[in-house]
Amino acid sequence: MGLMQTSRVKSPWILHFDNSSCNGCDIEVLACLTPLYDVERFGMVNMGNPKHADILLITGPVNRRTARVLKNLYDQVPDPKVVVAVGTCASTAGVFHNCYNILGGVDKVIPVDVYVPGCSVRPEAIIDGVVMALQKLASL
Amino acid sequence: MLEQFILVFATLVGAPLAGGLLFGIDRKITARLQGRYGPPVIQPFYDFFKLLGKEHIAVSRLQFIWIYGYLVFMVVSLIFLVLKSDILLLVFLLGFAGVSLVLGGFSTKSPYAHFGANRELLQIMAYEPVLLLFAIGVYAQNGSFLISEIFKQDKPLLFSLWPLFLAVLYVLTIKMRKSPFDIATSHHGHQEIVKGVTTEYSGPYFALFHLAEWYEIVLLLGIISLFWANPLWVGILIALVAFLLELLVDNIAARMTARWMVRLSWSIGLLLGVINIAYIYLTKGVS
Repeated sequence: MGLMQTSRVKSPWILHFDNSSCNGCDIEVLACLTPLYDVERFGMVNMGNPKHADILLITGPVNRRTARVLKNLYDQVPDPKVVVAVGTCASTAGVFHNCYNILGGVDKVIPVDVYVPGCSVRPEAIIDGVVMALQKLASL
Repeated sequence: MLEQFILVFATLVGAPLAGGLLFGIDRKITARLQGRYGPPVIQPFYDFFKLLGKEHIAVSRLQFIWIYGYLVFMVVSLIFLVLKSDILLLVFLLGFAGVSLVLGGFSTKSPYAHFGANRELLQIMAYEPVLLLFAIGVYAQNGSFLISEIFKQDKPLLFSLWPLFLAVLYVLTIKMRKSPFDIATSHHGHQEIVKGVTTEYSGPYFALFHLAEWYEIVLLLGIISLFWANPLWVGILIALVAFLLELLVDNIAARMTARWMVRLSWSIGLLLGVINIAYIYLTKGVS
């Protein structure tokens, strides 16, 4: 692995976006940053800015209002980037799948690289998903 | 002449290495203070090379010129320090570097970058007078603005300029963008509105911003080590202790408003500086 690829794997900056989640998965995403799981030891930092991010962690099903925002955020993240759909709702829209305002999972709007199922997902599962995303990032 | 070239070259190469390591130590110590394990010490270098390899999205072409300006002015002021040149010019160059960053923020249309640029201006307003007073204090003590003159004195500046030393420590917190003064942009995720003045920089240009910050931290610690220039290792030790103190302050302090920063910096920093210089002139007499 070259210097660039090593750096890419060692320094994934995360953008966390909540479509119309119930906040269960969001709390678990933030739990990864706490001293118990401390993902910063792998260089992961939660960025508030799409222009600095490498990995998009998307929670919740896409509704008609957030679809545009999600597409916009995805376009603002510079390449190479990967998308992780966190939770059942982000993967398939889950219990919301028949609602009148829900389009479906995140993959209805943007291409998704890793699906992490669970309601809500365990922090361990999120970290696993991000590590899988990193393997994909290294091969890009 | 050749010696100076070697010195400049060593600075250009060595300063980012030292600065990056300092930021790595910063992240490690901050993590330990928060009860976390923390990233490896060379994490800033991983971040840097990753950013270099990313796509660059241009929002406005002008902002690239300004980020180069920020870097170049920072490097030139560091070279002024290692060549033991004029401290007054160094302070002005540092001011230009800050202004370049502000103009970079204003050259985009993003309201977040504008917010950050406004706050960066307030930061410049807060620290620049204190640094100017430091230069004047050096003149009052040594009768010269030259840094080489500081190295010729046997008695360290710290004895006569200790109130200004406290004021410069305060400036160090502002310039390092640490709490309570991480107002224009911040090193921690999710603190400043989006990412303040750096919001619109992405990929390699954000890497340039990091590079300039590495030069900046070496420059600031260098300025602090001038307070004990003879022997220099004591000064460097003082600077490193000041650096660790900043990390402690960063982790125990909450973030304050920009107005509070300016008010405190002007009332305490300027007061300390003016009293210090007045005392020197009163005891020595104006020559």
